[in-house]
Amino acid sequence: MSDNTITVRFFARLREELKTEQLAIEARPGLTAGDVLAELADKGGPWSQLQGDQPVMIAINQAMAKPGFEVKAGDELAFFPPVTGG
Amino acid sequence: MISVQAEDFDVAAEYAALRDSGAGTGAIATFTGLVRDNGDLQGVSGLYLEHYPGMTEQVIQGLIDEASERWDVRKARVIHRVGRLALCDQIVFVGVCSAHRGDAFAACEFIMDALKTSAPFWKKEITSGGEHWVEQKESDLARSEDWN
Repeated sequence: MSDNTITVRFFARLREELKTEQLAIEARPGLTAGDVLAELADKGGPWSQLQGDQPVMIAINQAMAKPGFEVKAGDELAFFPPVTGG
Repeated sequence: MISVQAEDFDVAAEYAALRDSGAGTGAIATFTGLVRDNGDLQGVSGLYLEHYPGMTEQVIQGLIDEASERWDVRKARVIHRVGRLALCDQIVFVGVCSAHRGDAFAACEFIMDALKTSAPFWKKEITSGGEHWVEQKESDLARSEDWN
């Protein structure tokens, strides 16, 4: 992995439906978690659900985040459905 | 202390460890959650539990820290299982030592309610007809928000 990438991870239903555990994207100045969601949703098919009716939770470096939060090179960004433990 | 593990746990041993640990403890509240058969679907035969390693432990530690700021918490123990679980298996344990019952009850219930809506675990129910990811429940969100 080069120094300029962001790791994107998926969990639970999203991981299964996207058939993707993780991928890498190029970092760029000003990029937000919401930008990444929108760009991935543009891939179409099951990826469209990232901007669909079902809520998608966001974590950056393993802390809960919001779409407007910036992501930088080396960050770990994660998308997952609302949690259901306990 | 926090454990996320596939193995089962022994409530009596956890209780004994809490009782032996705390100076000034006058009360211990514990909660144990089990796999039930009437979840989102009928005829559930078991569960599969996934989590986000690393983030899970950080979130739960944050909940224990928050509980310790709000109530007198002498010691807290959280265990959450992952992987495949059968009906009636133990899923989660929360134990809290405090000087008095009010703080022990409140901190234990808060940690459990907040864990359900903020710790990154996901349940998949397994039935004879297939598998189904459990949806987050409005009632769980409401209980968690009641603590704010």
